[in-house]
Amino acid sequence: MPEPSRTELLSVRNLKIEATSYPPGEPPKTVTLVEGVNFDVQKGKVLGLIGESGAGKSTIGLTALAYGRGGVRITGGEVRLNGQDLLKLDHTGIRKVRGAKVCYVAQSAAAAFNPAHRLGEQVIEASLKHGIMSRAEAEKRALYLFRVLGLPNPETFGERYPHQVSGGQLQRAMTAMALCPNPELIVFDEPTTALDVTTQIDVLAAIKHAIEETHTAAIYITHDLAVVAQITDDILVLRHGKMVEYGSVKQIIEAPTQEYTRALVNVRGTGREEAADQSGTLLKVDNVTAGYSNGFKVLQNVSLHLPKGQTLAVVGESGSGKSTLARVITGLLPPQEGTVSFDGKPLPRALKGRGNEELRRIQMIYQMADTAMNPRQTVRNIIGRPLTFYFGMHGRQKTERVKELLDQIEMGDRFLDRFPAELSGGQKQRVAIARALAARPELILCDEPTSALDPLVAEGILKLLLKLQEETRVSYMFITHDIAIVRAIADSVAVMHRGRLVRFGPKSKVLSPPFDDYTDLLLKSVPEMEIGWLEKVLKTRRMESAGN
Amino acid sequence: MPGGPAQDPGLMAPKAAGANPQPSGPAGTDTLAATPSLSTLSPANDGILSPWGRFVRKSPLAALVLQRLALSIALLFAVSLMIFGGVEALPGDFATTYLGQSATPQAVENIRKDLGLDQPATTRYFQWLGGALQGDFGTSWASRNSVSEQIGKRLGNSLFLAFFAAIISIPLAIGLGMLAVHYRDRLADKVINVFSLAAISLPEFFVGYLLILFFAVQMGIATFPATVYDSMSLTERLSAIALPTATLVLVVLAHMMRMTRAAILNVMSSAYVETAELKGLSGLRIIARHAAPNAVAPVINVIALNLAYLVVGVVVVEVVFVYPGMGQYMVDAVTVRDMPVVQACGLIFAAFYIFLNMTADILAIIANPRLRHPR
Repeated sequence: MPEPSRTELLSVRNLKIEATSYPPGEPPKTVTLVEGVNFDVQKGKVLGLIGESGAGKSTIGLTALAYGRGGVRITGGEVRLNGQDLLKLDHTGIRKVRGAKVCYVAQSAAAAFNPAHRLGEQVIEASLKHGIMSRAEAEKRALYLFRVLGLPNPETFGERYPHQVSGGQLQRAMTAMALCPNPELIVFDEPTTALDVTTQIDVLAAIKHAIEETHTAAIYITHDLAVVAQITDDILVLRHGKMVEYGSVKQIIEAPTQEYTRALVNVRGTGREEAADQSGTLLKVDNVTAGYSNGFKVLQNVSLHLPKGQTLAVVGESGSGKSTLARVITGLLPPQEGTVSFDGKPLPRALKGRGNEELRRIQMIYQMADTAMNPRQTVRNIIGRPLTFYFGMHGRQKTERVKELLDQIEMGDRFLDRFPAELSGGQKQRVAIARALAARPELILCDEPTSALDPLVAEGILKLLLKLQEETRVSYMFITHDIAIVRAIADSVAVMHRGRLVRFGPKSKVLSPPFDDYTDLLLKSVPEMEIGWLEKVLKTRRMESAGN
Repeated sequence: MPGGPAQDPGLMAPKAAGANPQPSGPAGTDTLAATPSLSTLSPANDGILSPWGRFVRKSPLAALVLQRLALSIALLFAVSLMIFGGVEALPGDFATTYLGQSATPQAVENIRKDLGLDQPATTRYFQWLGGALQGDFGTSWASRNSVSEQIGKRLGNSLFLAFFAAIISIPLAIGLGMLAVHYRDRLADKVINVFSLAAISLPEFFVGYLLILFFAVQMGIATFPATVYDSMSLTERLSAIALPTATLVLVVLAHMMRMTRAAILNVMSSAYVETAELKGLSGLRIIARHAAPNAVAPVINVIALNLAYLVVGVVVVEVVFVYPGMGQYMVDAVTVRDMPVVQACGLIFAAFYIFLNMTADILAIIANPRLRHPR
């Protein structure tokens, strides 16, 4: 590790971060979150921090502002900004750094903007309060930044309230807010994770353009190596609060030395061939239109089908009606027009009209396993409930079956009496899968079951789902916005856009040209693990729009 | 200002205009938006809509305010019915109480005829309601004076007292609440909390007598009783109401202050407060500018309740300090079964309650930027 020199803007040495945890029924104990982390950020350069959740990425990023979120304490090491150790500053000293020399861009700009004030006021607030510029100067700079970031109607954009603009625009406004006081360093904390792929690419391009324009240094935190490859100069890979690998983008992407980094780079390796015969129909959705009582139609004339033992992937951005389709199939939202048939027989439109057997055959897995399970019930009860409900199982027979299911999801019976809070994110999702399997369903509707998980954990879940499909011949309708997952697991694909089905058919057909406009945009927006991909895509887009 | 699709020059190909996602917002920001009619604000899709539906879409704020107004008026009518019915159902009547020992059936009958009690209840209700709508509450049975005139004077006194109690207690409560948040879990917060708990726990008559004992009797710096006359100057009046005002302030302060503290603390964990902190703003600025505006709705409601109490619930304090307000007037009327006065007081109190709560509702709606500035 090189010694800090003059050109380094930020240099972090031997960082140690701790927190106190309060396990129920035990005395509080100190947990080390981050240990022995060293890195430098040069003036005008971008460092990427990458790792799965719990790796300490955000925690480390926030030390550049000498901030510990929710009781987290920085207990050791040095964080030098221009040679000055931030950890030795008093409260007033730190306040002078925050929002003036180092600024922060949060993951969810929608939550990070104050709903009660206009965007413009919030963007220039730090510049004014730190006395960096006058109001007129700050407003001028905000206008300049709105332009650089490609925001619509930059002259009047600042007059809007956060709820009046879209998520992608908010994320760019947050970048403008961070850039406004002319900081030396910006910490971007997963700024595009909450966005759709088609929006992500614009925000990514805008951020990249803006940091190049203003020569600001940045720390860019993400769990997506493909994203970080587009925007940073160096990458630091973290796991469990420790450094795994630290090097230039080129070295990390093209020649990773560590096992873990290699796994991250090759994470999208799962895959399988689509089924040759897709003629059968277990599920048939025929010309379904559905919406809410205020007359807004969320789904319009959607028709598709799914053979037994196969996987249909439904892709589209948020608001495209993917989840609503699942709600219609389960009967939670009765369709206004059209029918849903299962195994050749039409299903009653509403949940209330369906019999036990019809309910049993279709099960669901949700995006947030956390909220889909009762936190006060043990794994035994969570998985056992459908056994009693559908098969009337009790006592030993039930316990045996629960153990069997736990084996099927590769967890084992030591988890029987755990509560959801004692499980990791991936384990929770596995329990949710076991609960669905307990009913011996023929169709499982999977609503983005991996999108809240880290890439490696998500891959494990996908592999498990594929294995279970082979064992039980269950069909999946897999809702996702991730094209890589579609490639990995689907037999057939349905692309949805604004409530309509734009494309449906076998995977090989849907994902190969000629494309319709939307599918083309969707496919081109998925970041690829390749340096310079972003520039390439933007260039082709410019050429296309020039040609039009 | 364009509310429609966003133009992203040079960056965007065909884009799902307007269909952009709002990344999962925090629960905190949405609590304010949880008003029933909000569901009607969803994206344009003009199907079969009544004129009212179109109005709701065009100006949701005005629609909500109109709804609240209509609801309040309906409620007031319901209350007037209940008051009249309740008074009808009371055991005993004015005539027997008034005549006392000399209550012969004939005399009672005469008085009842005199007062119009021989007419059916529905007729009397509509007569009373018609008069009340024009500001005429009839004639007091006991004093034969116009009820409206009497109440006018008393109500003025009550409002005068309530007004001063309010302009002292509300800013004080909000200020102390913010201070308590700023110094949360430190000494200042604890002192404020203990003090306010003590104030809220002591009955108001006890607080009143304590204040009289110390300030009027032992130190002799305050006036007691707090009786006011028409001939008094403003300064004399103010000095007369000093003690009852102080009592009322102590009683209502704690409630509002604790609600302010709780409501602001509730939003202090939001992401936007963290944003403010990471901008290097000072603690008090974060509380006052970034947290408080988002904690307004619950605080407004508690303020309204306390204001209503200041007008309606001050009976005990008025009696303790011998202050000629509405409360004392009503208590006197109930003891002699002077029904027109009881009814009038009841209706006015109800009107105040409903009006203040409606105002609080409307202010809370207006305080929500999502409703004030629709997309």
